[in-house]
Amino acid sequence: MLPELTREEILRYSRHLLIPDVGLQGQRKLKASSALLIGTGGLGSPVALYLAAAGVGHIGLVDYDVVDESNLQRQVVHGTWNVGQLKVESARLRLLDLNPSIEVEAYNEPFTSLNAMRIAEGYDILIDGTDNFPTRYLTNDLCVLTGKPNVYGAVYRFDGQVSVYYAREGPCYRCLFPEPPPPGLVPSCADAGVLGILPGTIGTLQATETLKFLLGIGTSLVGRLLLYNALDMSFEYVRLKKNPNCKVCGPNPTVTALIDYNEFCGVPGVEHDEGSAGREWDITPLELSTQLHSTNPPHLVDVREPHELAISSIPGAQNIPLGELAGRLSSLDSAEEMVLFCKSGTRSARALEILVSAGFRKLKHLNGGINAWARQVDPSLPVY
Amino acid sequence: MPVIKIPTPLRSYVNGLAEVPVAGATAGEAFENLLVQFPAMRPHLTNSRGELRPFVNLFLAENNIRDLQGLATPLSRDDRLNLIPSIAGG
Repeated sequence: MLPELTREEILRYSRHLLIPDVGLQGQRKLKASSALLIGTGGLGSPVALYLAAAGVGHIGLVDYDVVDESNLQRQVVHGTWNVGQLKVESARLRLLDLNPSIEVEAYNEPFTSLNAMRIAEGYDILIDGTDNFPTRYLTNDLCVLTGKPNVYGAVYRFDGQVSVYYAREGPCYRCLFPEPPPPGLVPSCADAGVLGILPGTIGTLQATETLKFLLGIGTSLVGRLLLYNALDMSFEYVRLKKNPNCKVCGPNPTVTALIDYNEFCGVPGVEHDEGSAGREWDITPLELSTQLHSTNPPHLVDVREPHELAISSIPGAQNIPLGELAGRLSSLDSAEEMVLFCKSGTRSARALEILVSAGFRKLKHLNGGINAWARQVDPSLPVY
Repeated sequence: MPVIKIPTPLRSYVNGLAEVPVAGATAGEAFENLLVQFPAMRPHLTNSRGELRPFVNLFLAENNIRDLQGLATPLSRDDRLNLIPSIAGG
């Protein structure tokens, strides 16, 4: 039995009620439905706003981050006055302001194998708005194992991907990407940047697919991957098929329960945090500052892109972008003490791996990158 | 000559090019020629047996070459291959 709409709701949703494909019955379906958003960042912002505005009756938000100023260029559910607040709480208040007739549940916790089943229980559909591979594989496997659709979106600089992975009707995420790339190969938005509007475009497409599924209308993206490029303003589709060897949705699955996704994705644990290359290779900003003032300072290698040097730089550093490092080893002296750095430590950790595998040993890696240097040693530099 | 379309996450390995023309009668030959032109890509995109790594897919028009004849999929002169890696940004 679908819930009735109140007089206020009939007025609020009148533009939906006028569409024959939605109508009163469809709007009542939306009121009775629920959607769980994994991540309330760039993708999660437009998804959350549009699902709330559309009248999806119960929305769950999962995130454990706090709002940072650098989020506001694209995470439009949050405002300047929310900086420092929990993202789920900031988003919850914004959604209830937009539509007080819905319920919003905030889960201020990391989405992990230990809590994912509990959190997702009862939701009709999951929307993947995360920014990392472990949570994407977790969301996929959870959806396959529980028979729920996974509305997928991902962004990188000017490129976006959208699909609906629904193993009951088509392929899952693992059918296309059985394994993630090694950590560091595909840079994150924090390292590579993203056009602020891009997650808006991709997120609104995810919200559209979610509403279509909940209403049971249209042709979904199940079995298709939409590729968007903002620079070319191009939309392309490719067809996706079920992979008969898929480890989670294939006929002979080996993944029959949620696993350790950090281990699966090769993501470092506590002993090897993001921005660190492992303690034996790390040097702190203060230690580096001391060494640079010694009689035998190390050679500094900045592995950021050239355009980032205009934002901040350390005098005397040699710039070799990470993508060029393997081809420019001859410009480095393996007998010389060297310190690698980037923005926050992710790319220089990857650079360190490349140099170690090429036989370099006199290496250190600036823990936390030039942003940590700016915070701890040279406050005249901006943090970005 | 067939071309391989390069997604932005991988363009740093091909001097920023959006598309690379590559000779080849099959998807595998064209892909190998791409790696010969830009050897820094090879360890990232192929395993020790020369197979595509599981986080990258090569599509011919709308179809994944894994669903066709894999790297033996024949190409014609005007074909366009699309290299599609997994991305995680959100």
